Amino acid sequence: MMAGVMKRRPTRRMLIQGAAALAGLLLGGTVAATVWAQQLVADLSSHLIAITTGFTGTEVVLFGTTDGPGDVAIVVTGPRGPATVRRKQRVAGMWMNTDSVRFEQVPSFYTVAVSRPLDQLVGRPVLERQQLGLPQLQLPADATLPPDELAAYRSALIRNKQRQGLYAISMGQVAFLGERLFRTNIYFPANVPTGLYNVEALLIRDGDVVSAQTTPLVVSKIGFSAEVSDFARNRPVIYGVAAVVGAIAAGWAAGAAFRRI
Amino acid sequence: MQVYLPIAEMSVNALLVLGMGWLVGFLSGMFGVGGGFLMTPLLIFIGVPPAIAVGTQANQLVAASVSGVLAHWRRGNVDVKLGVVMLGGGVVGTAVGVWIFGILQRLGQIDIAITLSYVFFLGTIGGMMLVESSRAILRRRAPTAKRGKLHRHIWLHGLPFKMRFQRSKLYISALLPAGIGAIGGMLVAIMGIGGGFLLVPAMIYLLNMPAGLVAGTSLFQIIFTTAAATLLQAATNQTVDAMLALLLLIGGVIGAQFGTKAGSRLRGETARLALATIVVAVALKLAWDLFSRPDDLFTLTTGLR
Repeated sequence: MMAGVMKRRPTRRMLIQGAAALAGLLLGGTVAATVWAQQLVADLSSHLIAITTGFTGTEVVLFGTTDGPGDVAIVVTGPRGPATVRRKQRVAGMWMNTDSVRFEQVPSFYTVAVSRPLDQLVGRPVLERQQLGLPQLQLPADATLPPDELAAYRSALIRNKQRQGLYAISMGQVAFLGERLFRTNIYFPANVPTGLYNVEALLIRDGDVVSAQTTPLVVSKIGFSAEVSDFARNRPVIYGVAAVVGAIAAGWAAGAAFRRI
Repeated sequence: MQVYLPIAEMSVNALLVLGMGWLVGFLSGMFGVGGGFLMTPLLIFIGVPPAIAVGTQANQLVAASVSGVLAHWRRGNVDVKLGVVMLGGGVVGTAVGVWIFGILQRLGQIDIAITLSYVFFLGTIGGMMLVESSRAILRRRAPTAKRGKLHRHIWLHGLPFKMRFQRSKLYISALLPAGIGAIGGMLVAIMGIGGGFLLVPAMIYLLNMPAGLVAGTSLFQIIFTTAAATLLQAATNQTVDAMLALLLLIGGVIGAQFGTKAGSRLRGETARLALATIVVAVALKLAWDLFSRPDDLFTLTTGLR
């Protein structure tokens, strides 16, 4: 995929130098070294989302430039992992879990932003190749079910993720400033899973992806909340003892305080 | 004010959680129940994952019980000897409960088992208390009614290993409080609650304990069972969120103090009627959820669970 993209690389030096200067201005030179090779340059306002005690969700700005007219699509994918979808059925009047399907490699977070509606930009094969948009997202399941059954589970997975705010319900908007500069805001809710995210910027011309750039983004707990979760994970027994001792002390302190009143 | 919970991995309104802690703490101090049966559904309702709700509120119940016991202790309302006997049964019950929990988990039906046992226990006990306390209140209003015997004697009181509990003025088989403790311990493990809502009526109706001692003694026992549950949950499942527990217990310990004061002004049967109403309401809500068609028939669990 990348090889095909690279083959079409133009050698319009002037233009790319101009883009490089612009990008350098914007990014403080962080990606200037790779600029010469690309028709598309993009970066994030921050490469680390720090989850502190006061974290309520955050927005990251993605901005960049192209070497000429074209459309841009941004795909943000969270760390992948297994997910189980369970279906409830009525048993003796009660709704209980009866069947389940386990999906592998499910992105914990997925959102797409585009400068124009996707169906106006590229055909289905390209959408599928790039996994561009929720209908094209590949979610391999371990079950052997009839296709329509599996589709019900798949859409349930997406629906539940959307309800949690982790899959975007509608596509975000990539805004162009002039012909080459573009930007978009990516929103991460308070329940954003931690891990390494991939932010992929695609340049689309004449119905095909001509250039792509991937930027990493780390979502991590920082400070007190990080210390608590590390403690709980690495020393679970001591953590449990500390929780009990802390609770007894707090109960005792409150009891003593109220005695005076 | 939003606060991020490091284990639950979500952001909650601190004031909301403090208020929930206060409310449950108040009931805990007033009735001598842990309040876990209310806290678990409340936490799940605001979006905390069920496993973390159960693990964390066991932790906050430790604090609420300690502060509640202190208040009862100063009034001489704790029968330590009876509490220790109950605790002995509680340890056995917890072990059995953990074993049953494991079986249900392997069968993949732990969720419905938890909900069903909530509906069953809350429904039966709440219903029985509702009937009994309403009758007691009606009797009080009709002064011509005959005064009942101090103790009703049933077959349970003929069991061996009789023990004298001076403070409670009881001479009963030790198997009785131990058995009640064992059932309480099982509930701690399976339903993740202190079990006070079961212990309190059992102590009133089966042991015929003086009403004033019931709350303090059951809280005394609950300290130990919830401490054990916290340790187990933290060590095996890592489902104790210290931040959430801190918020709940700040609200809880303050609420418990007010609750204890309010409870000492309440007549026994009025307090039981109030508690029974709450218990039945929770049971009906859970039953409704079980039988009504959910908005989405599909649920999603991420990770390996």
